[in-house]
Amino acid sequence: MSHSLIFAVLIVLTLIGYYFGRSQATGILRSGTTGKLHSLPFYHGAYLAFMVLLPAMGFIITWLVISPMLADHFMAQYIPGAATMDAATLGLKMSDVRNMANGGITSGAVDEATQIAADFYSRFNQISLWLLSVCSIAVAIASFHFGRKLIALRFRARNHVEKIVRVIMIVASMIAILTTLGIVLSLIFETLRFLQKVPLADFLFGLKWSPQTAMRPGQIGSSGAFGMLPLLAGTFLITLIAMSVAVPLGLYAAIYMSEYATPRIRGIAKPVLEVLAGIPTVVYGFFAALTVAPMLRDLGVELGWVISAESALAAGLVMGVMIIPFVSSLSDDVINSVPQTLRDGAYALGATKSETIKQVILPAALPGIVGSVLLAISRAVGETMIVVMAAGLAANLTANPFEAVTTVTVQIVTLLVGDQEFDSAKTLAAFALGLVLFVITLGLNVIALYVVRRYREQYD
Amino acid sequence: MSISTQEKPAVASPKTSSSDVKIAAKDVCVFYGEKQALFNVNLDIAANQVISLIGPSGCGKSTFLRSINRMNDVVPSCRVEGLITLEGQDIYDPEIDVVELRARVGMVFQKPNPFPKSIYDNVAYGPRIHGQATGKAELDEIVERSLQRAGLWNEVKDRLESPGTGLSGGQQQRLCIARAIAVSPEVILMDEPCSALDPIATARVEELIDELRQNFTIVIVTHSMQQAARVSQRTAFFHLGILVEEGDTDQIFTRPSDERTQDYITGRFG
Amino acid sequence: MTDMTMPKTEGLAVSSQAYRKRIKKRYAAERRFRAYGIAAIAVAVAFLIGLLGTITAKGAPAFLQTNITLNIFFDPEKIDTENLNGVNFQAMARNALYDMFPEVTERREKRQLGQLISVAADQQLREMVRADPSLIGQRKDVQLLAGDDLDLVVKGTYDLSQPEAERPVSDVQVAWIDKLQAQGHLARGIAWPFLTTGDSREPEMAGIWGAVMGSLLTLSVTLAVSFPIGVLAAVYLQEFATKNRWNDLIEVNINNLAAVPSIVFGLLGLAVFLNFFGMPRSAPLVGGLVLALMTLPTIIIATRAALAAVPPSIREAALGVGASELQVVTHHVVPLAMPGILTGTIIGLAQALGETAPLLMIGMVAFIVDVPANFTDPATVLPVQIYLWADSPERAFEARTSAAIMVLIGFLILMNAIAVVLRRRFERRW
Repeated sequence: MSHSLIFAVLIVLTLIGYYFGRSQATGILRSGTTGKLHSLPFYHGAYLAFMVLLPAMGFIITWLVISPMLADHFMAQYIPGAATMDAATLGLKMSDVRNMANGGITSGAVDEATQIAADFYSRFNQISLWLLSVCSIAVAIASFHFGRKLIALRFRARNHVEKIVRVIMIVASMIAILTTLGIVLSLIFETLRFLQKVPLADFLFGLKWSPQTAMRPGQIGSSGAFGMLPLLAGTFLITLIAMSVAVPLGLYAAIYMSEYATPRIRGIAKPVLEVLAGIPTVVYGFFAALTVAPMLRDLGVELGWVISAESALAAGLVMGVMIIPFVSSLSDDVINSVPQTLRDGAYALGATKSETIKQVILPAALPGIVGSVLLAISRAVGETMIVVMAAGLAANLTANPFEAVTTVTVQIVTLLVGDQEFDSAKTLAAFALGLVLFVITLGLNVIALYVVRRYREQYD
Repeated sequence: MSISTQEKPAVASPKTSSSDVKIAAKDVCVFYGEKQALFNVNLDIAANQVISLIGPSGCGKSTFLRSINRMNDVVPSCRVEGLITLEGQDIYDPEIDVVELRARVGMVFQKPNPFPKSIYDNVAYGPRIHGQATGKAELDEIVERSLQRAGLWNEVKDRLESPGTGLSGGQQQRLCIARAIAVSPEVILMDEPCSALDPIATARVEELIDELRQNFTIVIVTHSMQQAARVSQRTAFFHLGILVEEGDTDQIFTRPSDERTQDYITGRFG
Repeated sequence: MTDMTMPKTEGLAVSSQAYRKRIKKRYAAERRFRAYGIAAIAVAVAFLIGLLGTITAKGAPAFLQTNITLNIFFDPEKIDTENLNGVNFQAMARNALYDMFPEVTERREKRQLGQLISVAADQQLREMVRADPSLIGQRKDVQLLAGDDLDLVVKGTYDLSQPEAERPVSDVQVAWIDKLQAQGHLARGIAWPFLTTGDSREPEMAGIWGAVMGSLLTLSVTLAVSFPIGVLAAVYLQEFATKNRWNDLIEVNINNLAAVPSIVFGLLGLAVFLNFFGMPRSAPLVGGLVLALMTLPTIIIATRAALAAVPPSIREAALGVGASELQVVTHHVVPLAMPGILTGTIIGLAQALGETAPLLMIGMVAFIVDVPANFTDPATVLPVQIYLWADSPERAFEARTSAAIMVLIGFLILMNAIAVVLRRRFERRW
């Protein structure tokens, strides 16, 4: 019996529960009892359905978590010398056994002990699955019988069902918390492991980034350097270029659209900006790498500048265009929320439109605009595909936009794409960089949201 | 099964008092957060009559109305103290299911608020969720009877499937009344039911209220003293969260015992 | 008030020369300012046109392919019907081509000539024989897929004025191609392999169908997970949650989650789904889950906005006839908010469809030839396929990449159009 079959049986039982509960409740009505059902028959059915489904689901989930642990625990006893092995070797051996039991490929030659362990492992899993099938269905039937007895004229089935639904909704809203928790915990956990191999100071203040560590211990040239400053410098260089495109263009576009444009122009310009925001970043990356970068290089040749094929400039320019809509739509909102009375005040003094905008509206809207720029910066720092495709891999510590630089996100991708070993400093470094990225963007967002909220309060 | 013979919900306990008091409020205080909106209100409401609650804006009359069917429960900061009984039973008793209470105490709101569904579905919604009809035929009968009682049947009988929001304001309000009486409540609460209507529609609704008195106990909040005089047998005057006085409508409007009532009905404030 | 001490002014000398000049300057500044605004929008529009234009120009040819008609002799001596897979059909096709160019004798030149046929010819011919064994022993004109270099020469992608050493086709090859074309052996057709197959190392055989299926499978997981959870969470937060610390925390948290870089979600997927729960790498199941977590804030925020737009009078009306709070929500509020909820969901899914970075983290970048049919099959998705092809050195992949982008953008336009229609048709203004 496979897992999907168990679920199918459970769903059938749930449906049976529903119809049984419903007909039981209608039956009470028909039997001529005086009085009125507290809840509609539907709720009696739904109650019984939940009664069948939820305990069994809880049981199955618990089982699925515990069973592999038990399987590993017992299987380890079949591996000769398991007690004396270090954790990594044992882990490798055990994954061999698992692969073999699943009919996959093993990392080394197959010895007899592994074979025995694998046989045990697959037998254990088979028995576990059978037990799970029998027990979960037994649980479902038992809770069905328990729930069935509760159905009566005055049984508050609706209230029970609503309570269950409410709990389900609370659980759903906690998924968001769990996600954040998962992000924070996994990043911190892996970063701590990384810091056991590389000292914190080297990581934070090191000027050299070259993560090529050895796959095997003792290999020559295995000393990787994990100083993240060149990556941060690259990230900020590209962000700076992007923002110097996005802020003026986005701001002017927002001003024009909210203060000058006729409804028709607004009706064209706004969707265009929205389309810019909707284009996948990989498309921008492709455009930056295959169109913009060669164009810049040719331009450089004309002007006698040396612009490398993968340059911070190409990535930054394209990223800047990508970010225009973020700046413009937020600034648009902010500018629109400046009260009309302020404008009227300036116009009444004989100020021109641009003077009003520059001297009255923009100063009034400044906190909101700062907030939107901060959000845009956070977007630029976390952007991945454009820089992966157009900025390059060389960790140059440079402020020259014509050179190739690399960023935090690029390095996370390079470190984790391809074959990897989960305990090496190289892969762990990716998580440490992820943590840095998370902290930077979170900080920017928190400040931005705070600034924007303060600004809103001012005019609400 | 017709509406009038329908059984009362089983929670209803036998009447406790000898008189036919339907609703009794004892020392009712209502708080919104820190702010107290009602102060020790004591009021008995007799069955099968119309009582008007009058008073200046913000005097607590709507607050009192909304505590009778526990509509205040949805306001998170709201707290009700004291005792309100429906046929002798405490309606704030944790044993009471608020849904059943609201089926017994219906409500009509200030602005007509039909569901954006068909006229039929508007009226049928209550009986459906309370399981008051066992079949389509019975539901049809309830809908027709309720619309007839609300005086709307002749106007809408040919377009029961068209949306309720397409009716005129006065018709919408009568639809809301039909929706309220479709679940055959014992009490109907009306929160300024005519304030959004024109004079002709208002007259129709007032007539309707008078007819409904035969079968229901009606509590109506109104801003218009003329309306109170026209439709109600009893009148209660609220001021700054205090029930100032309550009595026969004639008496309140001709010989009020309290000076504040006198000032209000002669138009000195409010 | 400082005005009090100021001397009495003469009034504004509106007609004075200085004032006129000043006004003129101010109006010039006004016009400049306005021009900057127009310029900003023009830059954005120009960039968009440039981007879409370049991609369409580069990508459109990839939807067509060049076929080469060869007179194949299905030599019964060489075809072992028992073991069709062992038969070298490629050689058969090459021989047919050699017969057309008897003057080519040198080995190196013969190899160059053979490159004009795609390696897919082998498979094409084998399938033909398998479908119709009576072909054996016959001689027949067959349309075969041309090699990528021939295709690009015919499409004019290569700059033939460059020196021979700097382009992938030699002068003799170009001459042969011209001859083939002159004799009418080359024909254009719709590039079915591009639309119906999975990835391949050979550009002319590489297709996007595998990536499209991967995207569909991944997105269906995303939808199945994020829609119910997102709507339930939003309904709870908007309709039931009382204002307290815990619910504030959830709210702040959702807003922040919406701004976490997508690559961090990839790290989460790698650490939690793959390493902790041991789920399969490269699987649409895991990709879908990661994207679901990313899409969740979008759906929650949109759903809450849609719920908030339903007027409270509807809730009161339902409560007034004795509906329970949950009935109010399920019978009235959610159905009325549904157009807004669906619009938000579609927009969230469109974002998820274009997402690349987090999927790289969980191994969806592998080179996968087979079209995935299952949620646990190794798969890739459209944007990742674009990334992979953009990195490939063969020139022919450039057109494929652009064409794949066109397909991706086509899907995005479709989804957004549905969202717009939903909004226009069903959204209620209260």
